[in-house]
Amino acid sequence: MRYERPETIQDATALLAGARDKAFVLAGGTDLLVRMQSDDFDAELVVDIKSIAGMGDIVRTPDAFIIGAAVPCAALAENEALVAAWPGIVEAANLIGSTQIQGRCTMSGNLCNASPAADSVPALVAASAQAKIAGPNGTRTVPVEQIPQGPGKTSLEKGEFIEAIVVPDAGAQAGDAYLRFTPRTEMDIAVVGVGVCLALDAEGVVQSARLALGAVGPTVVIAQDASASIIGTKLDDAALDAFAAAASAASHPIDDKRGTVEFRKEVAGVLARRAARIAYTRAGGN
Amino acid sequence: MSFDAAYQSQKFKSVGSRPLRPDGVDKVTGRARYGADFNMPGQLVARVLRSPHAHARIVSIDTARAEAVKGVKAVVTAADLPDLTNGDGALFAVLDNCMARTKALYDGHAVAAVAAIDEKSAKAALKLIDIEYEVLPHVVDVDAATRADAPILNDTVFTSGVTPAPDKPSNVANRSEFGHGDVDAGFEQADFIVERSYKTEQTHQGYIEPHACVANCNSDGTAELWVCTQGHFVYRQTCADLLGLEVSKLRVTSSEIGGGFGGKTHVWAEPVALALSRKAGRPVKLVMSREEVFRASGPTSATSIDVKIGARKDGKITAATATLRYTSGPYADMWAELGAMTSFACYDLANVKTVGFEVIVNRPKVAAYRAPSAPMAAFAVESAIDELAHKIGMDAVAFRIKNAAREGSKSSYGPVYGPIGIGPTLEAAQSHPHMSAPLGENQGRGMACGFWFNFGGQTCSDLNINADGTVTLAVGTVDVGGSRASLSLIAAEELGIDYQDVKAVIADTATLGYNDMTDGSRGTFSTSMATISAARNAIETMRARAALTWDIPVDDVFWEDGHAKAMGTKYGNLAPLSVKDIAAEAGNTGGPIAGHSEMVADGAGVSFATHICDVEVDPETGSTRIVRYTVIQDAGKAVHPSYVEGQYQGGAAQGIGWALNEEYIYGEDGRLQNPGFLDYRIPVCSDLPMIDTQILEIPNPNHPYGVRGVGETSIVPPLAAIANAVSNAAGVRMSHIPMSPPRILAALNAEKGK
Amino acid sequence: MSSIAVSTTINGDDVEYLCQADETLLDVLRNRLGLMGAKEGCGTGDCGACSAIVDGRVVCSCLVLGAEAQGRTIETIEGMANGSELHPLQRKFIEHAALQCGICTPGFLMAAKALLDVNSSPTEEEIRYWLAGNLCRCTGYDKIVRAVQDAAQEMQGERA
Repeated sequence: MRYERPETIQDATALLAGARDKAFVLAGGTDLLVRMQSDDFDAELVVDIKSIAGMGDIVRTPDAFIIGAAVPCAALAENEALVAAWPGIVEAANLIGSTQIQGRCTMSGNLCNASPAADSVPALVAASAQAKIAGPNGTRTVPVEQIPQGPGKTSLEKGEFIEAIVVPDAGAQAGDAYLRFTPRTEMDIAVVGVGVCLALDAEGVVQSARLALGAVGPTVVIAQDASASIIGTKLDDAALDAFAAAASAASHPIDDKRGTVEFRKEVAGVLARRAARIAYTRAGGN
Repeated sequence: MSFDAAYQSQKFKSVGSRPLRPDGVDKVTGRARYGADFNMPGQLVARVLRSPHAHARIVSIDTARAEAVKGVKAVVTAADLPDLTNGDGALFAVLDNCMARTKALYDGHAVAAVAAIDEKSAKAALKLIDIEYEVLPHVVDVDAATRADAPILNDTVFTSGVTPAPDKPSNVANRSEFGHGDVDAGFEQADFIVERSYKTEQTHQGYIEPHACVANCNSDGTAELWVCTQGHFVYRQTCADLLGLEVSKLRVTSSEIGGGFGGKTHVWAEPVALALSRKAGRPVKLVMSREEVFRASGPTSATSIDVKIGARKDGKITAATATLRYTSGPYADMWAELGAMTSFACYDLANVKTVGFEVIVNRPKVAAYRAPSAPMAAFAVESAIDELAHKIGMDAVAFRIKNAAREGSKSSYGPVYGPIGIGPTLEAAQSHPHMSAPLGENQGRGMACGFWFNFGGQTCSDLNINADGTVTLAVGTVDVGGSRASLSLIAAEELGIDYQDVKAVIADTATLGYNDMTDGSRGTFSTSMATISAARNAIETMRARAALTWDIPVDDVFWEDGHAKAMGTKYGNLAPLSVKDIAAEAGNTGGPIAGHSEMVADGAGVSFATHICDVEVDPETGSTRIVRYTVIQDAGKAVHPSYVEGQYQGGAAQGIGWALNEEYIYGEDGRLQNPGFLDYRIPVCSDLPMIDTQILEIPNPNHPYGVRGVGETSIVPPLAAIANAVSNAAGVRMSHIPMSPPRILAALNAEKGK
Repeated sequence: MSSIAVSTTINGDDVEYLCQADETLLDVLRNRLGLMGAKEGCGTGDCGACSAIVDGRVVCSCLVLGAEAQGRTIETIEGMANGSELHPLQRKFIEHAALQCGICTPGFLMAAKALLDVNSSPTEEEIRYWLAGNLCRCTGYDKIVRAVQDAAQEMQGERA
């Protein structure tokens, strides 16, 4: 196995494109190094992107946040503007692992690891975030939900890697929230993860809503029916009941060592309701 | 001279204080050396090949390709560990567990091992070991294993303890029974009866340090083993037996130990390391990975328990029975027997009967885990007791007080109790401030009692008075939690000197006589007895030296406050001689001064506890949070109160994890699905509140200071205390441990559906 | 696989070593540099016993490649004391009996130090959540939290 530490995006994409066998991108390493422990792990090349200019920066533009691929999740919580604008995304990212993991892990790595239970993904998807992808033929930007294709699989082509996560502004009356269920208070992989983003009008009526569910399907589930069901409401109890029921219905989880189908479906509904309330409050409604 | 261990009520100068432990600086600076922190020149790295099948016949193993890998110096299989067990079934089980001989009996069972110059070569070699398995049907569940159609693990196992003796092999290896009185008649007298079945899943001790050793076999038949262990003398005996070494030629040094809780009382891979070293002619370092620890060391039993308890409406229990099925892994053992013994130990019962069944399954070989077998039995019994009290309309604590065992009670497992602490801990619980703390929404309070026997065992101590008057105390019980501090306090107390002048060290097997392992809560109890005895012997010698110096009869010399003093006034004003004074003259008065003790420490004194727990249950998800926790336990005499508190808190935390989240999860294929700390969920710092402790001291009449073992009892009550609290918080009785959120939510939904 | 030459700073000292591409920082510390204070409890970042501080952030050294240390600043338990003068956290851990077997202690001390470096008076909850990545099986965490609180107080007093 070779370790390379390029200093430009071009060098990085060239290294990845030129690999004959498996090549991996190393940002935080909190997934990659665990995989390296496995007896079956086999890689020709590891490309450390942390020395590329800009990879570790959070940039505020007039209408978006651009979060470099090598920004550790702990750094997200240290950015006051990001915390104020997107508390749900920051909370989600800060739920990954422990303090030690937080010091290293990245949202782009979380996205590309493509675990169905990734914590940052539902929050990013609910926020309509995008992934800026660098490749041998230039850059392209896609909605983040297009990256994970199935457990452990992404849509990235050979030679491509994510250079930044872009979170466009959602307006003054918007709020987001992320909740997850874990048996312990920390350290667990999410049994269910729920990301909600709402935008309200001046009277507190929901104008737009996006609900994304994690760990209830091979990839993140965008619950269209649930999202639509609360538009035009002020999140009264009836609206929330319908929202929760639709969230459960949209969930198609499996039984595994972390949860059962019944449990995940039921808790998806419970958390969707709770996350919607939090997002609503953050958006300025009650 | 004989040692009188009877309790002597006395005021203490050192015992009961909280000085700093002697090994503390090394541990906070990273200098302390644990099992994996030792290296020998020229050492090889070992890796073990393990069965991926829960049950399979080993048809053939060919190691030729592995041996040819560059850097590989030795490959071993069972063929390199000939059977020297001479009919000793327990020893044969250890041998077979270390390296499968004919069948792989669980997922993770060792089948071969490699020693190479580095890990890479060793791992590459493992992949080249050609092994053919004939996969057999497996069974991993305790109840499934007892069914008539269950796959039989061992067709030479016929249930013992049953008459007439069965003629068909079974996975039920033995039946044991305890009790007295007439339970049928007793149930007739009951106004209220609770009858319920309970199940507990398998858990692991979860020590943070994986098993690790460095083994070195020399060509002259001598050998050395550096290893993290709770019993270096036991490891020496077992390894010598299995490898055909002379015991006296195998020197075992115990490293600092990173947790054991019973899991490091027996060997797992150490004989394999020695076998590799013998074959390669070089030292071999073997460190288990975390996955190997879960798959192939010694977790506790999974159980299935039926309990029936009857009481009159005045609250007096008239009859109690328990039928307990415990798994032991693939080899028969006595875990169910221990469970059957402890089940009703807290109570004074006229009619009681417990029956234990040992069940073999395709899971790793069970080892002790802190008060082994007691927590599961206590979960079942204390849950039923709680339900019964509720049915009668009596307060949970008052009901237990009414039925608590006391001095003179005949225990359910046989012996008659001396002075014991169950009543006092219950009374202390009743008046503890925890009982009047306010409870919020979705919160509930529960309590439960627990018991453990505590053991004595073979113990030796050497106490040497150095020329400068300081004392070196060599002991043979491994220090798992701070006992060096406690033993130093005791030596200081007996001699009447400063704690700072005593240094306790753990001797290796070549430098001290045999010591049983540190288990059964015996570390401080037994070694303190030996230390007191050794100190008193040293005092005898120092009195004699003083007598010689003063030229007076030794009977006129007494020992007080760390000094030899002349009795009465007839010798004028003889200045008292300190230890330092006497030691300085030792060369002129007869040579170096020491005290030794070799004994079987007897009369460990049972230890009782009552725990109180408040939980908050989220009714929509089943998520449970511990809000408040109190441990009240009888220590006999707390030698170093901070470390006694530490034992109480540590055991409670393990019990909390066991109650709420920890379990071995097996797939349909019989493979362990969660062999890691990610999905085997032990409590993290944010899961727990501060754990309050109250130390009671009801002296153990069989120890000079009244010391009882303290290390184990605190893991016994939490399972039921939490289940009872959940019942009061959420209105559902949980009968399946762990009470993970999906189980609680399912119970809540079932209750709603009614 | 050929070796990679790494120049780094460990506990204030310039250090150079060779390592393989797939060696972790934990492997390097323990097997190449003789710094055995960081422990391998799991190898997968779930227990925190290998905690070290890299460029001011506490991380699991089992999840950092040895090669990544190039040009960075590393702190390990061996550098926590100032010669024979223990750090307040180290003293408080001993005073409060916040260790029993001690295997998790170096990891806890690294993590606690990193906490007090960014938050000089953490609440009990903040301490517990910050330390959630450090597993202890012996103590139940009670005395560990108290030791951190006490150390924070003492260090605050020194600043005042």
